Amino acid sequence: MEQRTVDLMQKRLKRRYAAERRFKWYGRISILIALAFLLLMFINIVGKGYSAFQQTHIRLAMTLDAEDFPSDISDAEALFAADYSGLIKKALRNRFPEATNRRDKRALYQLISPGASYKLRDEIIANPALIGQTVEVWLTADDDVDMYVKHPPKGDAGGEPGTQRLSEKQRTWLEQLRSEDRLAKHFNTTFFKAGDSREPELAGIWGALVGSFFTLLVTLCLSFPIGVGAAIYLEEFAPKNKWTDLIEVNVNNLAAVPSIVFGLLGLAVFINFFGVPRSAPIAGGFVLTLMTLPVIIISSRAVLKAVPPSIREAALGVGASKVQMVFSHVVPLALPGMLTGTIIGMGRALGETAPLLMIGMMAFVVDIPGSLFDSSTALPVQIYLWADSPERGFEERTSAAIMVLLAFLVVMNAAAVYLRKRFERKW
Amino acid sequence: MRAAEDTTMETTNDQAAGIPGGTQKEDEKLTSEAAIETVGDITVENPRIQCHNVDVFYGDKQAIKNVSIEIGRNEVIAMIGPSGCGKSTFLRCLNRMNDIIESCVVKGDIQLDGNNIYSKSTDVVTLRAQVGMVFQRPNPFPKSIYENVAYGPRIHGLVDSKIDLDEAVENSLRRAGLWDEVKDRLQQPGTGLSGGQQQRLCIARTIAVRPEVILMDEPCSALDPIATAKIEELMDELSQNYTIVIVTHSMQQAARVSKRTAYFHLGELVEVGDTRRIFTNPQHRLTEGYITGRFG
Amino acid sequence: MICLLAGAAFVFGRHRAYATSGKSISTLHSLPGHYGLYALILTTLPAVALLMFWSMLAPRVIEVLLLADLPAAMQGWSQEQLGLLLNDVRNSLKGYSVASDNPELITQFGERYQDMEQASNWLLWITVLSLCAGGLAWAWYKIRADHPARHRVEAVAVTGLIACSLIALLTTIGIVLSVLFESLRFFQHVPVTEFLFGLDWSPQTAIREDQVGSSGAFGAVPLFAGTLLISAIAMLVAVPVGLMSSIYLAEYASQRIRTILKPLLEILAGIPTVVYGFFAALTVAPLVRDAGNWLGLEVASESALAAGLVMGIMIIPFVSSISDDVISAVPRAMREGSYGLGATQSETIRRVIIPAALPGIVGGILLAVSRAIGETMIVVMAAGLAANLTANPLEAVTTVTVQIVTLLVGDQEFDSPKTLAAFALGLTLFIVTLILNIIALQIVRRYREQYD
Repeated sequence: MEQRTVDLMQKRLKRRYAAERRFKWYGRISILIALAFLLLMFINIVGKGYSAFQQTHIRLAMTLDAEDFPSDISDAEALFAADYSGLIKKALRNRFPEATNRRDKRALYQLISPGASYKLRDEIIANPALIGQTVEVWLTADDDVDMYVKHPPKGDAGGEPGTQRLSEKQRTWLEQLRSEDRLAKHFNTTFFKAGDSREPELAGIWGALVGSFFTLLVTLCLSFPIGVGAAIYLEEFAPKNKWTDLIEVNVNNLAAVPSIVFGLLGLAVFINFFGVPRSAPIAGGFVLTLMTLPVIIISSRAVLKAVPPSIREAALGVGASKVQMVFSHVVPLALPGMLTGTIIGMGRALGETAPLLMIGMMAFVVDIPGSLFDSSTALPVQIYLWADSPERGFEERTSAAIMVLLAFLVVMNAAAVYLRKRFERKW
Repeated sequence: MRAAEDTTMETTNDQAAGIPGGTQKEDEKLTSEAAIETVGDITVENPRIQCHNVDVFYGDKQAIKNVSIEIGRNEVIAMIGPSGCGKSTFLRCLNRMNDIIESCVVKGDIQLDGNNIYSKSTDVVTLRAQVGMVFQRPNPFPKSIYENVAYGPRIHGLVDSKIDLDEAVENSLRRAGLWDEVKDRLQQPGTGLSGGQQQRLCIARTIAVRPEVILMDEPCSALDPIATAKIEELMDELSQNYTIVIVTHSMQQAARVSKRTAYFHLGELVEVGDTRRIFTNPQHRLTEGYITGRFG
Repeated sequence: MICLLAGAAFVFGRHRAYATSGKSISTLHSLPGHYGLYALILTTLPAVALLMFWSMLAPRVIEVLLLADLPAAMQGWSQEQLGLLLNDVRNSLKGYSVASDNPELITQFGERYQDMEQASNWLLWITVLSLCAGGLAWAWYKIRADHPARHRVEAVAVTGLIACSLIALLTTIGIVLSVLFESLRFFQHVPVTEFLFGLDWSPQTAIREDQVGSSGAFGAVPLFAGTLLISAIAMLVAVPVGLMSSIYLAEYASQRIRTILKPLLEILAGIPTVVYGFFAALTVAPLVRDAGNWLGLEVASESALAAGLVMGIMIIPFVSSISDDVISAVPRAMREGSYGLGATQSETIRRVIIPAALPGIVGGILLAVSRAIGETMIVVMAAGLAANLTANPLEAVTTVTVQIVTLLVGDQEFDSPKTLAAFALGLTLFIVTLILNIIALQIVRRYREQYD
């Protein structure tokens, strides 16, 4: 008589269960790796970026002597031309009279951002009555000062050599200012109001945000109607033949074409052939439209497919034509789902960078774009540009810009999820 | 001893079963408290499997209500009943296939050779090697015919050499009556066979592990009559060495292949007994109703 | 303006339909709204088409007219010089100060330019308005009670839909043509064989003709190798991690854990690549370098390893979502068959489910590979620019996409082989990813059909 299975298998059982446990752990570890990376990335970005929402300011007593200003102080244009950076320098010298030689003076002036004089100018033009008085003014500090205040060097060594961009003297001055309560961090409004700048403390994302907004506006206005139209045709009207097969295969493939190839297309066709202005949101919008179209078409078709045939039959049964059936019964039912797909497509377009680089939306643009045809940049491109900048002040601003970008994506995706939940229909 | 009890209980059973269209709740209340006492001999001499007061729940839904039955050595027992009566669920309790379903909870006591199969000390892998299963639809793996049959011996380490494995595969295929049909194409995919051949391949796959009990869950429902006849013939042969529990929706099949028959109704075991007796002289109204075709 | 006219036409069409029907809608062939739409289409469609056509063509025509009577001295100017001149003219019109050799010419041309532009605009408006009026009159003439307005309107609607779906096709044709055309020009400068098989890549065109290597070297093999190296590292991360996590989620995790973990994993797919690039360049690359130094290895600060690792993480959700789909598509009966024989869960997964799902998984991996090859931002930010031909993941390599970006960003003249090379690289990229996609989609589709 042969041995029984039960007895034969016992000798391997332990090993088999060990393999089972191991295998399960591989799975757990894999998920853990992915999630740990995600967490690490978020912590890293938030940790680096949160400080960018604050900016160091220095309070100085400014003596606004009337002789420094033109005689007619009601004339805004004349006021505009006054030497404000000279005023700031004077205030600095007054505060630190010990800086007498040229090198010290230059070091002293470097504490204040070169952009501070513009702010001072705007304030004085807005309130000319200040002239002749001595006022306390908060001035934007230079990015090196900002970094010094936010990340004070550890210990007495004064941080690692080479990374310390402020001189011994400058640091003493700053400590003096700090002890007099003249050094403080304020909410960084510049970051949300300004365009790009070479100076980190003057750079903001508003220009990029407006650029992204215009670009997405073009994308939405083109890709939604075209995408939905194409989906309706392919799903409802298209006869089954070679042509529609070709279009279908084509749409599926387009969805997987690398985004940079779309950038090449945009460069060659829109800019060089049709003469669309380079760097403009309209060019970016065109390119992103072509990229988002396949996403919208595919998701809209899925939604249309889910509308049950009974509804179509009911509409046809009461004598509606096919077009009437589609537009007054099927499309309204499918619309929320199509919107969801469109929002997701828009989210993807918002984060897209490579094709925008191709069509020149990486120009250094200080002004806030005012129309679809102005040179502009976009938020992800701005991130790319800042990430390449050597100043330390840009590193935190890059992270902050990423946080803003991610916030927008979260909002868009939450909207899509909400729409889906709200209008989800099980047939 | 049991028979006496049966006669006394009969009236109450009739009453319970006879309540027409009682609400769902009332039904459940009645039945879950053992409203139906099983009619017939639930015990056998020399039992291999003993089930006592088995309840099965899918979430809140109770699928099996208080079933007790014994299954003898080398016996073919058929489980019949209208669809959704829980006969498949009960069958799947016997080798703990229900463990795969997350929401499924089994209560009561099921013993194989005197060991509780739901106790902590029972190893489910060993149990399933002892209690093999053939499914409703033939489900060969997407591998060659040879690999399909060799799968069980390989994972359990039943053979030591390639020659032994070849022999085991040939043996199993022979016993499943498939050898002559496939011996020249052992390396071709098992999915390429016809439905009946696939099912016999699945049986060969099961017996390659040399189980002690084989559970068959409507093994012929997806097959044509000729293939069915072959499988039934095979069961007859296998019954000499194995205990076979077969679930079937076909009363004729039950009558042809089994020695004993159990009739399930809405999750309860209504009647069990010698096949011939069940079919000729059902004692419970529900059994009679089913046999005579009043429902099913 | 046109919108206003359109609204008026709609109302008018409806009204006209009422009037001809003798005040009873039931005698009309179509709904009153259809007549309105009919009038609207007739009024606006030709006008809008003309408007678009005109505004696209008018500047060109003006330029040609302007250049037609150039001073004799400038007749022989090249296309580029003329383009610069026109640019100056336009800029001067916008009020920018223009530095030019002959300011009189610019102002003279500016005036003429303005004149012609004005004339063109007048002409345009007159034609557009008369087209509208004509359309409206035609509609007035056509609309009768028995006029099949609905059919006409619907025909227009369906044509519009067809046009929409053709745009997808046009995009592909556009990609192919634009990339192909520029590539062909590139291959006039550099032979195809040198591009495909050359081992040296240094696209800097020299300033002086006599400089060494002034023509630049365009052998793309180092780029292909770099792309493959980084993609391979990415796949080494993404395939095991993605596959195992999808297996765990599909087979082991409870429903509750699955609903929490799956969206979390998908977040990885939703993060813009520029964010990954930032993270790779500023955090992972230094980390890899430090770790390497600690181990006594020399690691480039822009190592292929760092870029590949981060790219791999980015691709995890692609691999896992596709393999999740395929694994769930393996019929339940297959699992039960294996469990019924006494296999453990991992034995079932390894010996039955994965072999059954293999074609689908392979298709998914191919899609992921095509994704990795085409990925741009991570490598642009974290991989190097130097075209090293190496298989050492610790060295810096460059990729096809990085080179496309560096060649095209910044000042460019469109005839230099340097810019054209970017298009040749783009063509290669497009063809390779296209082939991968087609094969992958085919495999996945055939796999799905198998279990449907």
